[in-house]
This record gives sequence, structure tokens and C-alpha cells, in this order.
Amino acid sequence: MTIAATECLLRMYDERYGLEDYQGGVPRWCTGCGDNAILAAVQRLCRDENLRPEKMVFVSGIGCSSRFPHYMKSYGFHGIHGRALPIAEGIKMVRPDLHVFVNTGDGDCCSIGAAHWIHAIRYNMNMTVMLHDNQIYGLTKMQASPTSPKGLKSNTTPRGAYLDGLQPLTVTLGVQNVSFVAQAVDWIPELLYDILSAAFHHKGFSFVRILQRCPEWLPNLFDPWMKDPQRLLLLHGEGGLRISPALSKAYQNQQQHDPSDLNRARELASVIDPIPVGILYRNTDVPCYEDLRRTGQPRSHDFIKAGLEAEFDKFTVWPQESGSRTTAA
Amino acid sequence: MNDVALAKSLSSKVLQPRSSGRAKTLTTLNEHVVEVISDSGEGAQRCGQSLGAIAAKMGNGVWTVEIIPAEIRPPARSVAGASGNCIRLGAGRVTNGGNETDLVIAFNEQVLLGRVRSGELKPDCIILLESMWRENSDPRIVGSYVATHDELVSAGYRVLEIPMEHECRKLVPDARRGKNMFALGVLCSIYSLDLQLAREQIALTFGKKAASVITSNVRLLEAGHEWAEANLDFKFRIPATPATEPQIVINGNTALALGILASGMEVCAMYPITPATSASHYLSDVFEKVGGVVHQAEDEIGACAFAIGASYAGKCTVTITSGPGYSLKQEAIGLAVMGEIPLVVVNVQRGGPSTGQPTKAEQGDLLSAMFGSHGDAPKVVIAPSTIEDCFYSMITARKIAETFNMVVVVLSDANLATSQQPFPRPRFSESWLAPPFDQSELPAGLKPYQWDQTTGLARRFVPGQPRGMHTLTGLAHDQLSHVAYDPEINHEGIRARSLKLAALQKTLKTPPVFGDDSGDLLVIGWGSTRGAIEEAVESVRAEGHKVSSLHFTIIQPLPAGIKEILQRFTRVMTIEGNWSDDPQDEIIDETNRRYSALAMLLRARYLVDVDCWSEVKGQQIRPNMVRRVLLEKLRQH
Repeated sequence: MTIAATECLLRMYDERYGLEDYQGGVPRWCTGCGDNAILAAVQRLCRDENLRPEKMVFVSGIGCSSRFPHYMKSYGFHGIHGRALPIAEGIKMVRPDLHVFVNTGDGDCCSIGAAHWIHAIRYNMNMTVMLHDNQIYGLTKMQASPTSPKGLKSNTTPRGAYLDGLQPLTVTLGVQNVSFVAQAVDWIPELLYDILSAAFHHKGFSFVRILQRCPEWLPNLFDPWMKDPQRLLLLHGEGGLRISPALSKAYQNQQQHDPSDLNRARELASVIDPIPVGILYRNTDVPCYEDLRRTGQPRSHDFIKAGLEAEFDKFTVWPQESGSRTTAA
Repeated sequence: MNDVALAKSLSSKVLQPRSSGRAKTLTTLNEHVVEVISDSGEGAQRCGQSLGAIAAKMGNGVWTVEIIPAEIRPPARSVAGASGNCIRLGAGRVTNGGNETDLVIAFNEQVLLGRVRSGELKPDCIILLESMWRENSDPRIVGSYVATHDELVSAGYRVLEIPMEHECRKLVPDARRGKNMFALGVLCSIYSLDLQLAREQIALTFGKKAASVITSNVRLLEAGHEWAEANLDFKFRIPATPATEPQIVINGNTALALGILASGMEVCAMYPITPATSASHYLSDVFEKVGGVVHQAEDEIGACAFAIGASYAGKCTVTITSGPGYSLKQEAIGLAVMGEIPLVVVNVQRGGPSTGQPTKAEQGDLLSAMFGSHGDAPKVVIAPSTIEDCFYSMITARKIAETFNMVVVVLSDANLATSQQPFPRPRFSESWLAPPFDQSELPAGLKPYQWDQTTGLARRFVPGQPRGMHTLTGLAHDQLSHVAYDPEINHEGIRARSLKLAALQKTLKTPPVFGDDSGDLLVIGWGSTRGAIEEAVESVRAEGHKVSSLHFTIIQPLPAGIKEILQRFTRVMTIEGNWSDDPQDEIIDETNRRYSALAMLLRARYLVDVDCWSEVKGQQIRPNMVRRVLLEKLRQH
């Protein structure tokens, strides 16, 4: 049975997906919320990679950003606060065929889910993780988050946040088996797309911190950086981003950076101002936990039965044949 | 007289080898409870387990209970440091650990003292005590040994000092390694067990080690046997009925792990916790051989979330834990309930609350298993009542979880976890295994939560299935899995999830009554107490009392037909290993008494006056304890 050439072409045509094929419900984020920019970049990425919607799972925790899966037309798992990463790991362990994405916020990832975050880096499972970092709790109405800058006034820190903010990039780069770390800002869509694309193509735990504006609670937080392009430091070069000439005109503060240089990556990660944007670190040699743990052996009934019977044998007391009890050596 | 001089004057009391051929009394017994105790690391557990295995091979009924100190390396010769095994040997089938100990072999007097003080020994228990401490260079040790010895003798125990160290030194330079096999030889002689089977058992136990290790241990075994034959004036015989079918001898945790293998599940996510972890140890060793994975997560919550992710992705997954870990998993369990993700959660219960008694048995988690997680979170609760049940309950749990898209909690406990009992070797059935997960295209228009109006059931969607794209959420949702704040939609979802329990209940059989269908007293239990309760019921029935028992292995949902059973008895009570207020306590009365978990549930559900008796001493509930309770209850009216 052969398929007619035209039908074949038709099928190929059918399997080209457009942006609308990835658009789920209408986002309920506030106007001007940086999450919209991330959603747009991800949908573009899916289209450009022509990903089958049923083969993608977007996993999230709780918070504004964790609504993300609802706005994708794919499989989604809107879980519980802080636990997106272990849920995503479970999915990836049994389904290497699925593209797994994680959307998590600064409270979700760096506070209640911090233990999972540290260990997810170490497991290095193949997934793309977006940290939507707006430095505030939005959904619960403006409480300080672990990444809030010192002095930030919020409903739980009315006299200003007492502590310096946690730096997600330095934390991530400090963990054994880290394999991909990048930083993006929601207000430069072109770079956001390029960085997410590089993260998607990296096999391993790709961690992208995205500085994301919250127009509702902290409308002016990133103004100094948005108004002064010199306060962004664009990282580029071999193995990193290529900056377009148009973008180079606007953002002239640039630096060559080799993403295989972990020490330099750590130095850059600790810079708060200017904000480094680009790929800080990439190591393609770190093994993925799912590859270390899965044998790939098909689990046929006979295979399981043989394994089980072998275990039973270890514990079996066979009936004694009469009179032969003392004959065994 | 100083302590050393005292020791020397007393040392003549130590049994000296007698000329062989001295007449022995041979007593035939129906059963005996024997225990072997030592400091941790001296091998008493191995000795006890071997004894159990040998007796099982001969066809005796066997139940072994581990004696575990709470610390890894308690100080040597400490009262709280007893490590070993308690073995009940019977002529017929043995269903529980039995009553207090009849014969103990102790490697020092301090660990023995611990057992005496916690009431583990029968008043006329035979004590075989290592005598080396009499000649110790430290006068304090000599003093404490002599004092304990004399105290035990005057308390009526039959104390026999045996020179294990002295005899073993003739064969090996370090008697600490090997004394346990000498003890095994002594016990083989006392219980007239087949020495050849014991040699084979040693070969099996040390199979991975060098041949010289096996030879040396066999020589110690034989030495112990010879010594006992020559020096002890008694022997016991417990008639055995050799099995006609192959039996497997394992503990409850190994049975759980084998059940996981047999259920077709392929991922277990866990975090180390006592007493559940030994199941994961064993599973870690064998699961990969059948393509499975044991994932040791970063914490209990991570383990549960990982299991939920794997289940959601198509493979029903299990997470194994004990009390504190179970508490931590509660929020994630609620997510699985809300998302209707099949999930098996094993809780090997220990003493609680908080860190409680990690190595001790308790049945304190029934209510949190049934009602845990906030809001209405209906779950299935299964409680295996035997070692064999531990195996099959995992197969059942996986099937129920995937048929009803529900969370199934399996409540084992520390008693089942470490006890060994032979049961018929399971015959493999393909129906045990999970079918491959569905990757077919879904029918157009089918909703991810298209709840059946009668049963609440909806077809499970698995990622990768075309036309099935939706976002699963822990928020209230409609049939399309869209977040819903509408009061009617919330009601519809909660109703559907609740109805599934009723649908499952319709498929359950009423459990059989043990004893007559009606009478003066019905005793109800659940989980690991079955053997002790039924043995006690049997013994009082033999005296003419109209007592029966009922045992639940599926507790949520409870099968139909229970109320009718309850109503056929004049009095009903539960026996449980959890807390209930004593009605005799000064300020306790009917208005404030807290009942045991199952009693409370039965009272609420059936409006029957169900009394209870319970204990939380961390010890197994013994048949004679239950017997006393039953007789007392019968006297009350």
C-alpha cells in the first residue's frame, strides 16, 4: 500500500503548525505583564521548531507565571506551589519522547521550591526551565519574594525588605552538574527568543532566568535599566548569542563571553548592574539523569516474569522430598 | 570480697562440659517462642533468621520478629541496645508473633535486662546466657553480670550459663564474628532441627563470601550443636508438617517490593525513612533487572511529586514512606486526587506523632490516610493483614488506581515490615501487569474530565495522545479542565471524585466473619493484627464463648453488608494499635472519650455502639493480650 505523492505532501503540509496551533486560552495576565512577552516568544519557538502540540508538556507550580500552561495549546500540568520541577522530572523519566518545559516564578522556584531547584540542577534532566522573575509575589498581592531587592516596600515589608535579594544565577551556577544557564529580559523580545531557542536546543537542564515586569505591583522596578540601554551587558560570541546589527545599535554595552568558562560565568552572574543578558554557561558533556537511569530495555511480560521468578527463587523453600532431606550437598 | 574474687568464686557455677550420653528429657511442644539477642553487630539477627528459615524448611509454622535498637550503634552492653530476632515456631500454621518468649539466648546480660524489663519474657522463660562476663577484667562488668544473673535466678527464670566465647575461641580467633552460628547450633540441638539443613542455610547465607567463611561458620554451628548435645539436659521437638507446595519466606517490606515488581509499575520514588526504607533497599537492588527505576528524591514532597509526574505521563507510580513522610506528602496527594492521577502511596506506619517511635509498630495513620489533605480528597485505603497480603495488595492497589484514576494508600506497619512468614509461592499471572499506556488519538470532542454521571469515572488522558491537549490543574475545574470558579462546576467535580469511591464499593465483597455469624461479641480489626486477633478468638471459642471476628483489608470504601453483621452480635468492639482513652480514667466519660480510629469510623457510619481496646506501646499486639480483653469484655455485662 503506497500513499499518493500528493497525499504525502498534503500530510507534510498539515503538519506545519502555525502560531494559532499553540495558542490556548486568552491570557488573564495584566496588561503590560512580562509574562505575555514570554508566552509570545515560546509560541514562536514552538512554531519555528514545528513541535507537535501533543508532544509538549508545560509544567508549572503556583503563581501568576504558573498560569502559563493554560495559555498554551499543548499538554499542561498546573501543579502545586513549588513542586513543578519534581513533577516535570517524573514526566521526563518515563517519557523521554515528550518536550518538557517548566514555568516557575521567583517565589515558586527560589522560595517554597528551592530544595527541588537545587536538586533539579544536579539531576540535569532534559527540560527547559523558565524562571519568571518579577521579584515580587503578584497573585497573593505584593509580598516580598526572595529575589526582591533590599529596601523594597511590600505588604509584608512595609518598611522595606531587610535582606539583599537572592541571586538565582549564582545559586544555579554553584550547583554540581549545572549545564545551561542564561539570563533574558522580557523587554527585548528578540534576545528572549534567541535565548529560549538556545535553551530548548541544549540537552540537559536549561535554566533561563527572565527578568519580568510586574505592572501591577512594581511598575517602575526595571525603569532605570529600560531607560538606559548601557545598563544592560549583552553577552555574545562563539557558542553564545549573535547580536543583530539593529540591536547592537541600541545596546552598545557588549562583551565577548565563552559560555564554557564556568568561572567567568559565575563572575558575570553576580553582577546586578549592569544586567548581563545572554548565555552565561553551557556544558554539553553533563549526563542526563534519565539517560543514566533508564536501560531502554523493552519491558515485555516475559522479561518481567523472568525477573520476578528469579527473585522468588531466592526466597523459596521447596517441599522436601521424602527421605532426601539430607542428600543435598 | 572484691568483685573479681566474687566472680572467681562464682565461676564454678558455669556449666562445665559433662560426659556425653547423659539422659535428656525430650518434650514435644505445640509451639515455642524463642529469641536471640546481642549487641548490635554481633549477628543475632542472622542467627534468628536462619533458625526461622531452617524450621520453615522442615515444615514448621514460623513467624519472625526483628528486635531492633533505635540507634545504629548503641553502646555495647546497653539495656536499650538489644538487637536480634524473636522466632515463633509452631506445629501448625503461625499467623503472628505469638506471646511472650519461652526461651532466649543472650550474648550479654544487659541486652537481656532490657527485654526482661519491657515484659517480653514469660515468667518461666529459659535463659541461655553467655558466661564470659563473669571473668571480665573490669570488676564493674563482673559485678553487673553477677547481680543480673542472681536477680534473674531469684525472679524464677531458669538461667543456664553457656561458655559461647570460650568454645568459639577454640575455632576462631575473634569470637564476636561467629558466636551467632554457635548459638544457631545450640538452638538446632534444643529444637531437634536438622543439622544438614542448617549447613545448607549457612551456605546460602554466606553464598557470596569465600568458601573458607562458609567452612568456618559450619564448624561453629557444629560446635554449638555438639556442646548443647553434651551439656544440656533437655530437648524440644515441635512436630512439623512438611509443605507440599513451594513457599517463600520473606518479610512484609520485601513482599511489598516484590508486589511492586509484579504489579507492572516501573517507577518508585522515595526518600529514606524508617521503617519503610528496607522495601526500597530491596527494590533498588532488583528493580533495574526488570527495567524499573527507584528514584531517591531530595525530599518526601519531591518523591511524591515525581511519582505524580510519572503517573500522569502514563505509568502508574508508587511512592513509599512512613508517618512523617506521609504527612509531608499530603498536599501532593491532594493534587493527585484533584487531577485524578492514579498513584499508589505506601505508608509503613510507625509510632507517632512527630518523630515518634521510628522502629516501632503502630496503627496511628488510618484517619490521615482516609481524610488527609485539605478539602474533600477521597482516596482508597488498603491495609494488608499478612505478609502475603503485602505482596498482593500492591497488585490490587495499582489496578484500582488505574481503573478509577485514584490515589490508593497502602497502610502496612513496622510489625509486618520486619516480620517473616512463609506463604505459598505466587504463580505469575499476566493480569497482574499494567497494560501499555494509551497513545491512540482521542475521539473528537471527548473531554479530559468527561465524568460519568453515575460512577464519576472519566477516561484518563495521557500526554502524547493527539486531540487530548489540556492543562491539568489543582484548581477547581470543569470537564474541559478549565479553571472554574462557578459554584455549580465545583460541586460537579467534587461529586464525581466522590462517586468513584461508591463505584468501587459496589465491586467489593463483604469480608467473611471468622467464627459464627452471630453471637455475644464481635471483634473487629484491620491491618497487621489479624493473626493475633483470630488466634485469641479461636482460643476463647474453644472454651465455649460466642465470639467472632471481622477483619478489614479495604477500609475506604468499606464494603456493603457490614452493618448487618454488626447487628447480629450483642456487643461489638475493635482491637487496634492506636490511641483510645481508657474509660476508667478519672475525667474520661462518654462525652469526651476518644475512640480508636476504626471504632470511631464504625460508630459514625453504622450508628452501632462499637467499643474499642487499643494499645500504643510499640509492641506487637499479642494473642494473649487480645484474649484477656475478650474475656474481660464478656464479663462486663
